[in-house]
Amino acid sequence: MDQTPALTEAVQAAAATHRPLRLVGGGTHEFYGRPVEGKTLSIAGHKGIIDYDPSELVITARAGTRLSEIEAVLMENQQMLAFEPPKFGPAATLGGAVATGLSGPRRPFAGALRDFVLGARILDGRGQALHFGGTVFKNVAGFDAFRLMAGAQGGLGLILDISLRVTPRPRLELALAFDLDSETARLKVIDLMRRPLPVSGAFHDGAQLHLRLSGGDAAVSSTARELGGEPEHLDVWGNLGNLTHPALSEGDCLWRISMAQTRTAPEDWGPVWDWAGGVRWVRQAADAPDLWDAAADLGGHATLFRGSRDKVFQPLAPAVLDLHKRLKAAMDPHGILNPGRLYEGL
Amino acid sequence: MLDTFDDRVDGPFGQVGTALLRRTLEPLLPPGGLVTSIEGMTPYETDGLAAYRSLPGAVALPETVPQVQAVLRACSALGVPVVARGAGTGLSGGALPFPGCVLLSLSRFNRILEIDAQARTARVQPGVRNLAISEAVADLGLFYAPDPSSQLACSIGGNVAENAGGVHCLKYGLTVHNILSLEVITVDGERLRLGSEGLDAPGYDLMALMTGSEGLLGVVTEVLVKLTPLPEVARVILASFDDVEVAAGAVAQIMAAGVVPAGLEMMDGPALRAAEDFAQAGYPKSAAAILLCELDGEEADVTEEIARVSDLLKRAGASEVRVARDEAERKRFWAGRKGAFPAMGRLAPDYYCIDGTIPRRALPRVLTEIGRLADAHGLGVANVFHAGDGNLHPLILYNSELEGDSERAEALGGAILELCVEVGGTITGEHGVGREKINQMCVQFTRAENDAFHALKAAFDPGGLLNPGKTIPTLARCAEYGAMHVHKGALPHPQLERF
Repeated sequence: MDQTPALTEAVQAAAATHRPLRLVGGGTHEFYGRPVEGKTLSIAGHKGIIDYDPSELVITARAGTRLSEIEAVLMENQQMLAFEPPKFGPAATLGGAVATGLSGPRRPFAGALRDFVLGARILDGRGQALHFGGTVFKNVAGFDAFRLMAGAQGGLGLILDISLRVTPRPRLELALAFDLDSETARLKVIDLMRRPLPVSGAFHDGAQLHLRLSGGDAAVSSTARELGGEPEHLDVWGNLGNLTHPALSEGDCLWRISMAQTRTAPEDWGPVWDWAGGVRWVRQAADAPDLWDAAADLGGHATLFRGSRDKVFQPLAPAVLDLHKRLKAAMDPHGILNPGRLYEGL
Repeated sequence: MLDTFDDRVDGPFGQVGTALLRRTLEPLLPPGGLVTSIEGMTPYETDGLAAYRSLPGAVALPETVPQVQAVLRACSALGVPVVARGAGTGLSGGALPFPGCVLLSLSRFNRILEIDAQARTARVQPGVRNLAISEAVADLGLFYAPDPSSQLACSIGGNVAENAGGVHCLKYGLTVHNILSLEVITVDGERLRLGSEGLDAPGYDLMALMTGSEGLLGVVTEVLVKLTPLPEVARVILASFDDVEVAAGAVAQIMAAGVVPAGLEMMDGPALRAAEDFAQAGYPKSAAAILLCELDGEEADVTEEIARVSDLLKRAGASEVRVARDEAERKRFWAGRKGAFPAMGRLAPDYYCIDGTIPRRALPRVLTEIGRLADAHGLGVANVFHAGDGNLHPLILYNSELEGDSERAEALGGAILELCVEVGGTITGEHGVGREKINQMCVQFTRAENDAFHALKAAFDPGGLLNPGKTIPTLARCAEYGAMHVHKGALPHPQLERF
């Protein structure tokens, strides 16, 4: 159902009175960011698939459309969202996925959510509807403001509709587990990635290396034969992406450190990683010291996935934060769209 | 022609004179790093869009990042515009200078700083040529995937500015998908690191915003690119069709069948015949259209996909389907496609390459309309497409020595781009807006959208000094252009000439 008029009215009213809005889709990613003080504006009712033509490899849908609905429709046509957006609950929406910008285990092999966004219709902080990008893959007209919406958490615009590039499902997919310690496994994966192999997931749960292979029958079968390992159910990959895997679901605080897969992590971060070693998941007690500096020292950045609510994302360099503030003011001059969600004062 | 900067519709443009530029900038640059003579500046008067020419106030050739910072700080203080330039192969006039501006050439930033085989990355300066990266890592079994047709000469900094694509981007992505981080100097000389060594970065995705921003937001001084393992094998199919629309339908069927070709190219009759005469590629000259479909990957999978796609093409109405027998024939098939632009010299003294993208399903209609528009303008058109991603390159044939022909070509090009917008596409797939398509921006975007682009630019460049007059039109320009045009596809008689 198209609720553009009501949403426009709500944003314009907030702009007129300078009263902040707290934008909510399915509410499943609420933990992922700082709390927003403002009037709740639900986008969940603005839903429905607007256009989907499998031969165009594009789907356009309203922000409130549930991810599960989109994935079911794509599945009927043997297509998928290659970036595997995590779903932290059945109510997860397309708009929430784009706003948080999170990509799942396939990220190092298939690309990030941001890479698949082709166009976005948004309401800026004045309540004006703006359309950036479109429904075609190659499009360099104007700045790529649509890609900027990925991960901006609604702070640069309320997302109305999104066009995403979709991908054919692989002809064959299988999962393998290996009894290798974390460091040996990481180095093995780095070696494998130098070859054109059909790997589509590589994570270590602390005890075992898990690999997923996706692609043509011959490439997947011959790679599986070469690598050996124990076949396992593909479900392990869904649990990983949605953070319901036991290796991620325990502990007071859960840190996510993103860095080059070739960097060696300190031992006290524990053995758990995803993204072929490019993301370390670190569980800590509530009173343990924070990891901002340690992450930065390794050329990476930290996110406090579970734990405190005050500071969630890696602090930005002062010049970069200033630029963020100017960009925010350009798109949302009254600061009414999810203020403070990413950083204090932004 | 658009190579004249027009203060009235492009906005005010600070000019301080050569003497002051020389006095201010020369001490900041290495010996010979500032050029102000006409002979010295002439090579910089145009880029790959050679019809547009204009001399800058000075050419600066810094060699270090602190020198780039110093030049930008000085130009900010003087209020003088800066146009950054890589290899100058861009096709939309993005590096076209205007009188009085400082042309900032990054050509001396030509070093590959580091190759990390384990991480599959290369840290390069912006003046490094695109192909030089792939050549430097070939013995590691890696390559840099984006391959614009100018890859022999174009620079990676220019690729970032334009978000360059290429024949293989259907499978391997555009520039934005193949870079990890950028070092950028802002207009006030601040050095920023955007993106990261990892696969994401905190905050807004400024690396993605910077990519394709055509020199309007900052100057790129270093790029960390992602390298990809070379596929085991690549094979190509040549399919001929007696009807262009049937060929267009076959493209949709391949995409719907779940195949992701490494490249899927289409040429119409005039284009394939000129290319065949030029390159002896082995194309069937009587065909109305040909498709080249390249598949790469693991050998057995490629063999299976080649059989499946060949079968599909026959059922989709191809009159002939040939698979390149060996690597030599594969290279020959591609040589014809890659030689398509220079081959136009056999058909007309000049050609003007257009670059729009449309949803694939609109291809038959757009082809028919392009033919009608060409007739109405009295000019010929040969069509070359990156069919897999709907990116059209109609080549308008004209003779610049004939009175009015250049203007007719420009008008026909504009009409074709507006047609792309009308069917839900875009005015530029990979060449950029630059100076060339500044008017058509007024057709694709509303006033509010265009205002948002200006606001985003102002967040980086409040004085509007980086590449002014390009990429995003002023309100005054759109008002003037709009007086002749009705907005957003509601053109009452698109087949009529409007100049």
